[in-house]
Amino acid sequence: MSRNVLIIGATSAIAGATARRCARRGDRLFLAGRDAARLGILADDLRVLGAQEVTTHVCDLADDTAHAGLVDAARERLGRIDLSLIAHGILGDQRAEEGDFELARRNFEINALSPISLLTRLVPVYREQGQGTLAAISSVAGDRGRQSNYVYGAAKGALSLYLQGLRNRLHPEGIHVLTIKPGFVDTPMTRDFPKGPLWVGPDVIARGILRAVDRRRDVVYLPWFWRPIMAIIKAIPESLFKRMKL
Amino acid sequence: MPGYTSWGRILRPRHTLRPPRWRHEPLPDCGDLSRLPWGRGRSYGDCCLNDGGALLPTTALDHFIAFDAEQGILRAESGVTLDAILRLIVPHGWFLPVTPGTRFATLGGAIANDVHGKNHHADGTFGGHVTRLELLRSDGRRMECSPRENADWFAATLGGLGLTGLITWAEIRLRRIASSEMEQQQIRFPSLDEYLAIAAESDAEWTYTVAWVDCLAKGTKLGRGVLFRGRHAESGPLAMPRAAGRLGVPVDLPFSLVNSASLRLFNALYYRRHPTRTRSRRMPFLPFFYPLDNLADWNRLYGRAGFYQFKCVIPEGQEPAMHEILERIAGSGQGSMLAVLKRFGDRPSPAMLSFPRPGLTLALDFANRGEATRRLLGELEAVTIQAGGTLYPAKDALMRPETFQQGYPRWQTFAAFRDPAFSSSLWRRVTGENA
Repeated sequence: MSRNVLIIGATSAIAGATARRCARRGDRLFLAGRDAARLGILADDLRVLGAQEVTTHVCDLADDTAHAGLVDAARERLGRIDLSLIAHGILGDQRAEEGDFELARRNFEINALSPISLLTRLVPVYREQGQGTLAAISSVAGDRGRQSNYVYGAAKGALSLYLQGLRNRLHPEGIHVLTIKPGFVDTPMTRDFPKGPLWVGPDVIARGILRAVDRRRDVVYLPWFWRPIMAIIKAIPESLFKRMKL
Repeated sequence: MPGYTSWGRILRPRHTLRPPRWRHEPLPDCGDLSRLPWGRGRSYGDCCLNDGGALLPTTALDHFIAFDAEQGILRAESGVTLDAILRLIVPHGWFLPVTPGTRFATLGGAIANDVHGKNHHADGTFGGHVTRLELLRSDGRRMECSPRENADWFAATLGGLGLTGLITWAEIRLRRIASSEMEQQQIRFPSLDEYLAIAAESDAEWTYTVAWVDCLAKGTKLGRGVLFRGRHAESGPLAMPRAAGRLGVPVDLPFSLVNSASLRLFNALYYRRHPTRTRSRRMPFLPFFYPLDNLADWNRLYGRAGFYQFKCVIPEGQEPAMHEILERIAGSGQGSMLAVLKRFGDRPSPAMLSFPRPGLTLALDFANRGEATRRLLGELEAVTIQAGGTLYPAKDALMRPETFQQGYPRWQTFAAFRDPAFSSSLWRRVTGENA
């Protein structure tokens, strides 16, 4: 069955891979992102792959005043929204953010406040529909603060908590809220990292996202092995953890 | 995660990675480093390597642009794999016009190596089915090239080993198929002479022909093997078969599983498994074209030292040279299960540098045993040159500059089309250039 899917931050690697899987099953897609040329390239690809319909919407996702227009346009075009995937984000530069609050603020604005603003706009649409999935990409980095990326981690952690509360709020109304926590993904965002065996490609994450949507999972770690890894990391006593270099 | 190396895993190059992200954007800044596009590292030697320079992996340039399912015209970015293309087109009744023995190569790689397949005698090389492409040069210039527009750049880029600039996208003409299944026949042949007779007869009537040869058989059995001939079935299902759960070789073996004992046993059993009379069957296209693709990372079977492939073409009329090559291989006891023999047809390629030419081609892997292996390959290269033949850059890691320059007489014409900021380990090796 084809679905109506809204993808926000569509030109990110994970979002692109997810959009392709949706296109192959003939979904109707509404893509939002900042770069018109990139969105156009992606849209052509999705049409060739079999998407029933692809609409693109150019806007700066960091600017929350653009969010109402985005959600209205998506709703008008798609009618019912079966799945919304909020996928935009930045990694940021931890060292620089430690010394420059403006940079830290920007990380929070893009990774936490912008998704929260979009969710705020989307929730009334979903309430009216009484069904559908709201999914957002958070991160394993949001599970525990670590010296190497606590600004990014704190922003993603805020998003994870928000989604947790929203899930609790919307559960009685039959609306599915999915928190996606990828581990190491080989994307342009992580281009300069040395890659080890825990790294996976974006399509592995995309497959996991759509499976979690179908199974109406609450929180999905992708790949699965991050769940036990993070369980261990979260279980380390703080007195010990503060001495570790992770 | 696979590293940025080549399929033979002999070389351990050092690269600065500069992956392009989107086809409309400028080339990544590489400073003073020379650059080379890299698709999926499915060529065997050093034509996809640029030791000490920058590598431009095209992994992210994997978007389709347009597919005309009525006319069978496909336009896609150069990093799209043949596998992705097949998944798209087969259900619509189309097939690749020419395909190499792996579907995990990219469109850009297929063009840059002007690859060929089992239908060379009927359809020529891949380059003959490319209708248009865009070249992005290091000076920022973009050029649309086709047989009519920028025709000389087009001819240089087909088979151009990635050296004329980055191919951002290309358009190809597809082959109509009525079914995704193949009709296949297998015919055992007891000698090279018998092969030549059966191959000539088969090439006249079958779209695809290829032979396995027992590289260890000597004396009267020299050149024995099994010929496979096939065509697309005229009716039947049209579907991308699900690849049987891909097995993989998860680690580098500390030694090669391919040795003379395992090889002798395999070859004798494999030859006997095929009956003396012709056997016909119907099969899905995946195992017909890509029998090795189901074993992921099979190159690891050759152990940490990697392997070489020897792939030569011996011109028509020089068959005794092929006898000599097979004799030397059998005498050495080296070689592998995968020895492939094919008769090239006479359809010329539009490419300036193209490997196939009328005659016999032999492809054979050799586990890397150091000097002994390189000495044997040097001998085989000498026999090839003597016969007026040449080696295939896509598979080669060893050929001498004279071999390349004699085998590709237009190489100096080609050199004028090379992007001055592009280079490869192979190019420096066979031309003696330092750039």
